[in-house]
Amino acid sequence: MISTEPAIVAKGLRKHYKDKRALDGFDLVVPQGTVYGLLGPNGAGKTTAVRILATLVRLDGGQAEVAGFNVATQARQVRRRIGFTGQYAAVDEVLTGRQNLRMFGRLFHLGAKGAIRRADELLEQFGLVDAADKGIKEYSGGMRRRLDLAASMILAPQVLFLDEPTTGLDPRGRNEVWEAVRSLVAEGTTVLLTTQYLDEADQLAERIAVIDRGRVIADDTPAELKNHIGGDRVEVVAHEVADIPAVAKVVARVSSGEPEIDGESRRVHGAVTDRVGALTEVARTLQDAGVGVEDIGLRRPTLDEVFLTLTGHPAEEEPSTAEQTEKEEEKQ
Amino acid sequence: MSTPSVESTTLTTELDGPGRRLYWAAADSWTIVRRGLTHYVRQPSNIAWQLGFPIVSVLLFGYVFGSAMSVPGGGDYREFLMPGMFGMTMAMGFMNTAYVVVYDTARGVTDRFRSMPMAPSAVVTGRGGSDLIGASLDLLVLGLTALVVGWRSDGGLLATLGGFALFLLLRFALIWVGVWLGMLVPNEEAAGSLFAVAFPFAMISSVFVAPALMPDWLGAIAMWNPVSSTVTAARELFGNPVALGDSWVEQNALLMAVVWPLVITAVFLPLAVRRFQRLSR
Ligand SMILES: Nc1ncnc2c1ncn2[C@@H]1O[C@H](COP(=O)(O)OP(=O)(O)OP(=O)(O)O)[C@@H](O)[C@H]1O
Ligand SMILES: [Mg+2]
Repeated sequence: MISTEPAIVAKGLRKHYKDKRALDGFDLVVPQGTVYGLLGPNGAGKTTAVRILATLVRLDGGQAEVAGFNVATQARQVRRRIGFTGQYAAVDEVLTGRQNLRMFGRLFHLGAKGAIRRADELLEQFGLVDAADKGIKEYSGGMRRRLDLAASMILAPQVLFLDEPTTGLDPRGRNEVWEAVRSLVAEGTTVLLTTQYLDEADQLAERIAVIDRGRVIADDTPAELKNHIGGDRVEVVAHEVADIPAVAKVVARVSSGEPEIDGESRRVHGAVTDRVGALTEVARTLQDAGVGVEDIGLRRPTLDEVFLTLTGHPAEEEPSTAEQTEKEEEKQ
Repeated sequence: MSTPSVESTTLTTELDGPGRRLYWAAADSWTIVRRGLTHYVRQPSNIAWQLGFPIVSVLLFGYVFGSAMSVPGGGDYREFLMPGMFGMTMAMGFMNTAYVVVYDTARGVTDRFRSMPMAPSAVVTGRGGSDLIGASLDLLVLGLTALVVGWRSDGGLLATLGGFALFLLLRFALIWVGVWLGMLVPNEEAAGSLFAVAFPFAMISSVFVAPALMPDWLGAIAMWNPVSSTVTAARELFGNPVALGDSWVEQNALLMAVVWPLVITAVFLPLAVRRFQRLSR
């Protein structure tokens, strides 16, 4: 049964909407059993890529295979082997959690008994037993997302697509979803997830593909990617504006490049490699010197910083009105 | 945490061969129908709203205006009105279809269905099935209300059932209009504004008043409205006052009550299917 064939192969995918290029030569190879993160800003093409691979959208050019089947010509075979969780939790809000899972189970052709049994298993696996017979309207965002994930797991799919699984969730909801995803991965499912948070990709993914304007511009492990862009940063918020030069001097001693200074928020930060060592040293030195500090900590580079480094241009935010009309068109 | 019984859930039924395909298309449709029925069970208040409007209209038009309304050619106005009420409920019913379709599409439920190995046609046929069951329920409640306010069918059992079948036929045809519109409008708010289409569609007809009493141009529209044909044909079958004009379309109401739904289906079923396929654009 074990084959070395990749779970996902995408070659030169192209997709355009009128004159807008959503995907423009998108290449990706995802080996079996890995968790791959697609990272990119709004409008980069993450959703389009995932929807093409999940057979929901036709491609205009290029080729894609999922679980060994062509998404364009063998859609039905692909659909038997994938789970798909879209950008919005797609469950029937009128039904209960149990009713939802049973309905989807029947539609996956498990038969009446099989659907009932599978629903019970999944409710347990995703910690939804207590809420099983409540209407979805009473669910929290995290619970909804978990139910959504459970529904994509009915057939124990070979490949699972998750489009921004935690967007809009509070930290607790995010943790719940992350836990659920990890437990799926432990069972050998290949996961392709999209996210706008480097943090999330870092937590879940073994490899990250960064997307910009419809193509992959970097494809690496999170560690390599972060090294490439200067790794984590020590950040200090000075108490007084007058203290900023003193703080900057201390941060400069531990960081690999010139520290960056934001006078307005009295923030000084610099890239570091030895994270904990650098943090302790900065904290100790500042305390010994009696420099007043409001906050001190480690933080990961933001997606904006990743982008700036990789592309030389900041992650472009599309004008929100244009984006909305496009989103609406998408629904038609 | 339990380990899922992967063996038990791996797919044993491959969807190939015309026989199996037909079987699963039917089975999947039935699953979607059950979903619709569960909605009714879980939200009984929805049925109340859905039926509230025609029942209130029965009381309003029957009792408040009823005494001032007359049926050309004679007859009791309430007897005349009841088949109209049935027809109006069927005519407005496509809004419910459209609403559910918009809701599913906007919330990603349609996408989930499309990403599954189920029969794609079941999404639509299942919708149609549960809508028809809902419509039968509507007709049952309305029929009982009508009996309470004194309406009777003098047409005999067969003709009476035939009349109700015509109402369901109209509703069936309008399912495709609802599915098509549901995929055309972007969101639920916009679906609400479909009322602006549904209201005149139901009203500019022989539901409340004989087209002969309307200004000529309006009467002509009302006469040719498919709702009028169904309502007029049902009045004939029920032996209720009909107020027949002498135009061809009114004289052949029974024929047109069958032809119109077929025409509507022939136009809107392919449109709905095409729209569904365009989701993958
Ligand atoms: N149905 C559509 N019609 C027109 N344009 C579209 C459609 N779908 C996507 N687009 C456009 O294609 C580009 C890529 O969109 P996509 O939704 O794949 O981006 P994304 O990376 O998922 O963004 P987000 O983070 O906002 O979800 C965007 O410019 C978007 O506006
Ligand atoms: Mg997206």
